[in-house]
Amino acid sequence: MITRDEFKTIAGNGIWKQNTSIVQILGLCPLLAVTTNAVNGIMLSLATILVMALSGVAIASLRNLIPHEIRIPVFILIVAALVTVVDLLFNANLHALYLVLGIFIPLIVTNCIVLARVEAFAAKNPPLQSTLDGIFMGVGMLWTLGLLGGMRELLGNGTLFGGIDMVFPSLHPIQVLPESYPGFLLALLPPGAFILLGCMIAWKNWMEARAARRAQTKPPAPVATAGCH
Amino acid sequence: MSGAKEFSAPDMAMRTAGILFVFVIIFTGLLSGAYQWTKPSIEASAAEEKMRLVDEVLPRSEYDNALLEDSLALPATPELGLSETSTLYRARRDKQPAALIFEAVAPDGYAGKIRLIMAVRADGKVAGVRVTQHKETPGLGDYVEVKKDKNKARPWITQFNGMGLSEVTDKAWKVKKDGGEIDYYAGATVTPRAVTKAILKAVKWTEANRDRLFAEGVSQ
Repeated sequence: MITRDEFKTIAGNGIWKQNTSIVQILGLCPLLAVTTNAVNGIMLSLATILVMALSGVAIASLRNLIPHEIRIPVFILIVAALVTVVDLLFNANLHALYLVLGIFIPLIVTNCIVLARVEAFAAKNPPLQSTLDGIFMGVGMLWTLGLLGGMRELLGNGTLFGGIDMVFPSLHPIQVLPESYPGFLLALLPPGAFILLGCMIAWKNWMEARAARRAQTKPPAPVATAGCH
Repeated sequence: MSGAKEFSAPDMAMRTAGILFVFVIIFTGLLSGAYQWTKPSIEASAAEEKMRLVDEVLPRSEYDNALLEDSLALPATPELGLSETSTLYRARRDKQPAALIFEAVAPDGYAGKIRLIMAVRADGKVAGVRVTQHKETPGLGDYVEVKKDKNKARPWITQFNGMGLSEVTDKAWKVKKDGGEIDYYAGATVTPRAVTKAILKAVKWTEANRDRLFAEGVSQ
């Protein structure tokens, strides 16, 4: 089973310390394309949480059967098959939700967050821990993409939760800035996403540096991570 | 993952290939099972989805036939901006022609093609138009899509409803900036201009081909 400490470590890594978007900088492609508003960012993250939990449990259960030399093709096979099955099941049984999440699910196959976590965690840990790792990595992505999407649409359109009516038809986007706000197109275009993501990374590093100063210890050396799209 | 005994290299390769093969079989089986199992309901929801789109351009009260079954395969039609084959649906009421529903493409949007679905009544008037796909700039040209239009009471694209060549001449079928009658929002003219032009071309095309389109493949 799982100890309290283990749980805390997994949750902390996913949500903050190893946050996929602002620490590992993984999955930039969907990040740029999707976070034009908070709702899209949150929806993509929810779909990713589902896929990461499933692939975590599947690969962790099979990890002792997969020879080390061919683990990558097998992981890709498993992840792609699971995503496709999820896609088909959503389409067949939860069609309303599929119309909202549908475009995001195929995006996840190409998202290297899934493969990266499977390789780094699920291949070495038991199913329960791997599922939790998948879920918390997704939660980390959820708040980052939600926040990034929220900032982009607030700056770009002056609204929040645009497109919520596609998920819940009875709800409407909130007009935060006055109706006369002229809009700021840059925030809605991909360069705006890069700039705001850069600001978020800087903010995170600043928070960590401050915490380290307060603890009178040297800040941890930045973890070198290989980015991919 | 070394087993109890040591394997020679060829044995090892065979064993690894065998394991990979087993995984491929299992997961391909899983995929095809899921595909077969979900196929009927996916097809049903695709048809429902099509009808939802049709409902936006043509009210159900205007026809009484099984619209999705009364279809015609169109070859590539440059007048509609289509370089690929598409499907045209024919709405009839009491067996009389009511409207044609088809796809059209405005090839010259600000950021590439703008795909439309539109219905033109048998009297040559537009019953409705909707943008189904586009890459126009968010917040500027995307108001041609009803969902993105800030004017919820009377979205931009609905001004074409009821328009026909008998009401609006060729010359007036342009955005106001070009001397026509079609409203547009300042700041983005390329997008509405492209859509307006595509609709005009499509209306002219139905005018010229209507009788043939309604009659084709129907035994009298």
